[in-house]
Amino acid sequence: MVKVFVPRDSTALSLGADKTAKAIQLEAEKRGIAIQLIRNGSRGLFWVEPMVEVETAQGRVAYAPVKPKDVASLFDADFLNGANHALYLGLTNEIPYLKNQQRLTFARAGVTDPVSLEDYVAHDGYKGLKNALTMTQEDIIKTVTESGLRGRGGAAFPTGIKWNTVLGASGEQKYIVCNADEGDSGTYSDRMVMEDDPFVLIEGMTIAGIAVGATQGYIYLRSEYPHALHVLNEAIAKATLAGYLGDDVCGSGQRFYLEVRRAAGAYVCGEETSLLESLEGKRGLVRFKPPLPAIEGLFGKPTVVNNVISLATIPIILDKGAQYYADYGMGRSRGTLPIQLAGNIKQGGLVELAFGVTLRELLYDYGGGSASGRPIRAVQVGGPLGAYLPESQFDTPMDYEAFQNLWAVLGHGGIVAFDDTVNMAKMARYAFEFCSVESCGKCTPCRIGAVRGVEVMDKIATGKDHAKNIQVLRDLSDTMLNGSLCALGGMTPYPVISALNHFGEDFGLDKGLNEKESVV
Amino acid sequence: MPLLHAIQDDIGYIPEDVYPQIAQAMALSVAEVHGFVTFYHHFRTHPVGEHILQVCRAESCQAMGSEQLEADIKAKLGIDYHQTTADGKVTLLPVYCLGNCACSPAVMMDDDVYGRMDMAQITELVSEVSNG
Ligand SMILES: Cc1cc2nc3c(=O)[nH]c(=O)nc-3n(C[C@H](O)[C@H](O)[C@H](O)COP(=O)(O)O)c2cc1C
Ligand code: SF4
Ligand code: FES
Repeated sequence: MVKVFVPRDSTALSLGADKTAKAIQLEAEKRGIAIQLIRNGSRGLFWVEPMVEVETAQGRVAYAPVKPKDVASLFDADFLNGANHALYLGLTNEIPYLKNQQRLTFARAGVTDPVSLEDYVAHDGYKGLKNALTMTQEDIIKTVTESGLRGRGGAAFPTGIKWNTVLGASGEQKYIVCNADEGDSGTYSDRMVMEDDPFVLIEGMTIAGIAVGATQGYIYLRSEYPHALHVLNEAIAKATLAGYLGDDVCGSGQRFYLEVRRAAGAYVCGEETSLLESLEGKRGLVRFKPPLPAIEGLFGKPTVVNNVISLATIPIILDKGAQYYADYGMGRSRGTLPIQLAGNIKQGGLVELAFGVTLRELLYDYGGGSASGRPIRAVQVGGPLGAYLPESQFDTPMDYEAFQNLWAVLGHGGIVAFDDTVNMAKMARYAFEFCSVESCGKCTPCRIGAVRGVEVMDKIATGKDHAKNIQVLRDLSDTMLNGSLCALGGMTPYPVISALNHFGEDFGLDKGLNEKESVV
Repeated sequence: MPLLHAIQDDIGYIPEDVYPQIAQAMALSVAEVHGFVTFYHHFRTHPVGEHILQVCRAESCQAMGSEQLEADIKAKLGIDYHQTTADGKVTLLPVYCLGNCACSPAVMMDDDVYGRMDMAQITELVSEVSNG
């Protein structure tokens, strides 16, 4: 029976994948042709979703984007044998957007049926865990450390070092907490892992549990992701049934249990200590550090808090070895980064590549330029707390340190493109507005500063007392930068001041002068 | 938190008159329950319509014209955010990113996300749920 694949990823669904799947099923029935319809994950080529694939002797071939109205003509053209058609894209693996990527964390996304454990195992799944079960805890952690993996949630802290602290902390009960709050605009790689390859996250968390001696894991999932919730729960049930989770992980005698907890729409709860408060059933107020969560985390116990992508990258590191992973990348940024192209971009989607690729390559070679066809004027990298970069910085390589040198961040790897119709002063105002909506209220620079920021931006827009207000804006940003307890207040100045420094004309400043303005 | 989710999933919001029961179940004061519910944007304290339309306001969607879309939706439905249409069918809520940023602007109707939206599609979506 011919296998036909139609993605179930929510972005594919958002473009009508369910209707396409139904139309294919109906058309096949009508023509009396038996097909096996598989709802795979997405390959992440979102600009051509819904992308339908057919398995042929030469490999899988793709047709995209397929709308219900195209289905009859696909059957007429004999797409079930991989025949040509107006929507034919050739062999999936040869599509340049995909072929040129280095898919490690996302090796299986779109290839497999996300909730099929058999599929997962058939595509190298659980090899990492099998290896880990033959190793000492110290050796597992050493492997993670030597891979060079740094936290993909934003702070880029070395994962192995964090785990080592938890291993060394005393305590009967320890926890693994997966941060799946993915609140940054322009990011969706966590969602993709959870919807398109959930077992890789489950495996990564299980390895983390065994490495540090934690028996309970929680996935703190953003409430805006209902599809991910269902997929994760189904996958956890299957893994438990098959003995990959539970009292006796793979017959090793080790225990590991996993549960999904729904968040409730507070951006600040992505901050790890706020997240822990929320998991404990409280308001998500940020905690003072120290103590680090690794020492006193959930319910006061030693806790690993890691981002989805960090944890989902663990299996391939344990499978292929530290060196294999570390061989990708540049400088102190080792391995690959799943980059998410978003905003005003023609070919939005997931691009996993070794660190070192430049913004320009991403925006033009992969992204194909803006969706509107107008020049890309600015990009925001790293979510709502990330800096805006002008065209003159597009040759910057994706590298934590290279971005740091520009007073910018990579964050969670989201890139949001804006064309030349954007008003950067408005974006700066929005950054303050967002901060004021999402502030947990614990510290004054953030709670009050964000509100003042919106006011100052409104004053600047009137043009009155202009020079004075620009100075107020800089001083305020300085206060927030230096006086906030967490990065919500502390990094809101990044989008604001980068917008001011690079796009001063939108703030009513004389062009020419801006680039010389000092960075805070 | 799971308790509050269960209540809201069931009846669409968290009525203030159940705070005392929640407080008792969670060993909190009523004031603490209030503080908790209002801290989290997801929890609603007022009844909602049959369907919930969330419109993304975050940067990626702004880059694709969501601001205009928001204004048009409000005008079309004749309501502002946190309000429900006169026929009780649709409640309009703002949201900050649906993870659909590769296909901005995005909206969510109940549990389903829709990408690359324009007013024509919104109109169709709204009439689908209003008549369905
Ligand atoms: C306001 C704020 C929001 C954050 N949101 C997230 C998030 O949604 N997901 C995430 O993984 N990390 C987020 N972080 C970073 C976490 O605090 C923490 O560094 C991360 O979960 C650690 O995991 P990692 O080492 O694997 O990156 C946020 C931080 C701040 C200050
Ligand atoms: S910076 Fe803002 S969000 Fe962070 S602790 Fe202070 S008030 Fe809370
Ligand atoms: S910013 Fe609108 S879906 Fe992400």
